[in-house]
Amino acid sequence: MTFDTAFMLSTLPAFFQAVGVTLQVGLIAIATSLLVAVINATILVFRTPYLWRLVKGYVELARNTPLLIQLFFIYFALPTLGVKVSGFGAAIITMTFMGGAYLTEVLRAGVEAVPRAQLESGRSIGLSEGQLLRHVILPQAGILSLPALFANFIFLLKETTVVSAVAVPEILYTTKNYIALYYKTYEMLAVLTLLCVLLFLPLSLLLRYVERRLQHGQFGS
Amino acid sequence: MNALIEFQGFNKYFAEQQVLKDVDLQVHAGEVVVILGPSGCGKSTLLRCLNGLEQAHSGHLRLEGQELLEPGTDWRQVRQRVGMVFQSYHLFGHMSVIDNLLLGPLKVQKRQRGEAQAQAEALLARVGLLDKRDAFPRQLSGGQQQRIAIVRSLCMNPQVMLFDEVTAALDPEMVKEVLQVIQGLARDGMTLLIVTHEMAFARAVADRIVFMEAGRILEQSDPESFFTQPRTARAQQFLEKFSFVESLPKTLEKELS
Amino acid sequence: MASSAPELLLISLPQLAAGAGQTLAISALGIVFATLGGVLYGVLATVGNRLLNLLLQVYLELFRAIPVLVWLYLVFFGLPIFFSISIPSFWCAVLVLGLWGASEVGEVVRGALQSLPRGQREAGLSIGLASWQLYGYVLLPQALKRMTPPTINIYTRIIKTSSLAVLIGVVEVIKAGQQIIERTYESVLIYGALFLFFFFVCYPLSAASRALERRWAHA
Repeated sequence: MTFDTAFMLSTLPAFFQAVGVTLQVGLIAIATSLLVAVINATILVFRTPYLWRLVKGYVELARNTPLLIQLFFIYFALPTLGVKVSGFGAAIITMTFMGGAYLTEVLRAGVEAVPRAQLESGRSIGLSEGQLLRHVILPQAGILSLPALFANFIFLLKETTVVSAVAVPEILYTTKNYIALYYKTYEMLAVLTLLCVLLFLPLSLLLRYVERRLQHGQFGS
Repeated sequence: MNALIEFQGFNKYFAEQQVLKDVDLQVHAGEVVVILGPSGCGKSTLLRCLNGLEQAHSGHLRLEGQELLEPGTDWRQVRQRVGMVFQSYHLFGHMSVIDNLLLGPLKVQKRQRGEAQAQAEALLARVGLLDKRDAFPRQLSGGQQQRIAIVRSLCMNPQVMLFDEVTAALDPEMVKEVLQVIQGLARDGMTLLIVTHEMAFARAVADRIVFMEAGRILEQSDPESFFTQPRTARAQQFLEKFSFVESLPKTLEKELS
Repeated sequence: MASSAPELLLISLPQLAAGAGQTLAISALGIVFATLGGVLYGVLATVGNRLLNLLLQVYLELFRAIPVLVWLYLVFFGLPIFFSISIPSFWCAVLVLGLWGASEVGEVVRGALQSLPRGQREAGLSIGLASWQLYGYVLLPQALKRMTPPTINIYTRIIKTSSLAVLIGVVEVIKAGQQIIERTYESVLIYGALFLFFFFVCYPLSAASRALERRWAHA
């Protein structure tokens, strides 16, 4: 079992670009999902009539179906209805659809996790509901949500590999491509594994650190 | 007479800190030894070394002449001979009382169900809780749970019973019912090693008081001598903390009572 | 070619059902292995052996750092080359889902066991229970309620992730759907049906998990 390291090195520029695409898709998806989630969470917290039921339904739908199906639907099925999207476009739309649902859940849980006693003490010093929201609920909900938010961000980044199915040139697609072209399966899989470890392991360890730090700050346990 | 239990030159560390220093202690069959001392002096740790929940670092520990600090010691065997009752009783919450009592005899000692059940029920009756046979721990008070915890250990037919501050977590009105059970065991001639803060109880039930501080045994004597004329200054200071009411000026004492 | 939607679905049903059967089979097998492996992981992680903990952590981080789809490819393309054995893609999927699922379930089991009061372990040991008896009679039964809702959520994720098997060539429900689309061009209908299929399998599980969590909420 020998590795053609020269070949591996020659592919690095292409993989570098692929990492760029991975990050592009991932980061845009994170941003758009967060936006969707904030809007949804606001609707849920304020129980806007009709809308909040819609949001609940959307969240259940998006969280109980695979990303791949959602992706194929957007990329293959929509065009037959006249809506054509590129692979990249489908990827962003789908990941926003799914990511938005997951993040909505995280934010909702964060708001609900703010201890009731906080609301009571806030009201008892005369804060209005709006002030309560701005100064008591949101900041604390934000901190409580951080570990879960971060975990979901990492999840979204990892899920970008699924969009390789619609020919978005991220790391998995690039690997498959090179394997098909040059038959250097070993080497390409090795590079892919290495890239994944380098990209995602530090994030995972960072998440553990964040979780531990916030744990101690929160309830002193 | 050979001691049932013997600690010799016993040392134990928790990380950097030495919690037991050169402990020499002998307990004879049928003796009731009460260990007293300030918090953190190592008395609980000493008890826990006896049934293997803690490991010592050097010295000797012998049970009926058998050296326990050897790598090959079968602690499962030792634990059947040395029963332990904990401060928070720790009954198995997902099992009924009778199942709690039968787990050890049936699964560890592989005894016959009929015989084990008869013994368990007899012991339950003795502590006045036979009617709670099929209840679950969460339905019982702290005092009831602790009495059942004692019975759970007794069902294993141990030679020695260890009690680690068993009344410390109880509401005051339940302390007596537990202490009465322990007193009953003492009267039956069982070997008991008790760690407690209940001074009156210690005085009434002990054959010998062992006073520890900072991991060392400072003083050992019979209860009367210890409580009326402690030999060491530290013991004296310790006892003073427990005689709050007696040391107050007479008028205040009268107001408080 | 069928002339109406319901007619089309009816005709395609056998093919879709066969595919669905494969999807559910992969998921079920993955769930079984994930559960068994996860309980083993959780028990081993709480025994207190430092070397064991390290190995388990490496295993966990490997499955966290490398996305499941990448693992599918690693196993599918890599096994034949590395170990000169080639297993059908169906079993590749089961293997990956089982191993990945086991790491997730394992962390849940570990957390649940560690959340039990330490005294339970000591009380069990004090009546002479052996390690396996301690876990079997005392610890795992009490950890069960805490473990179940999160584990059901992991089952849901296994079912969703099984959809990725189509990308390594397994003829499961998505592939079946795509074959029908090739003939009939009714992509909205078929993908819509697939969408609903997964929803009606996963949603009850999610709802059950939430209901159980509420019912068994501990202090």
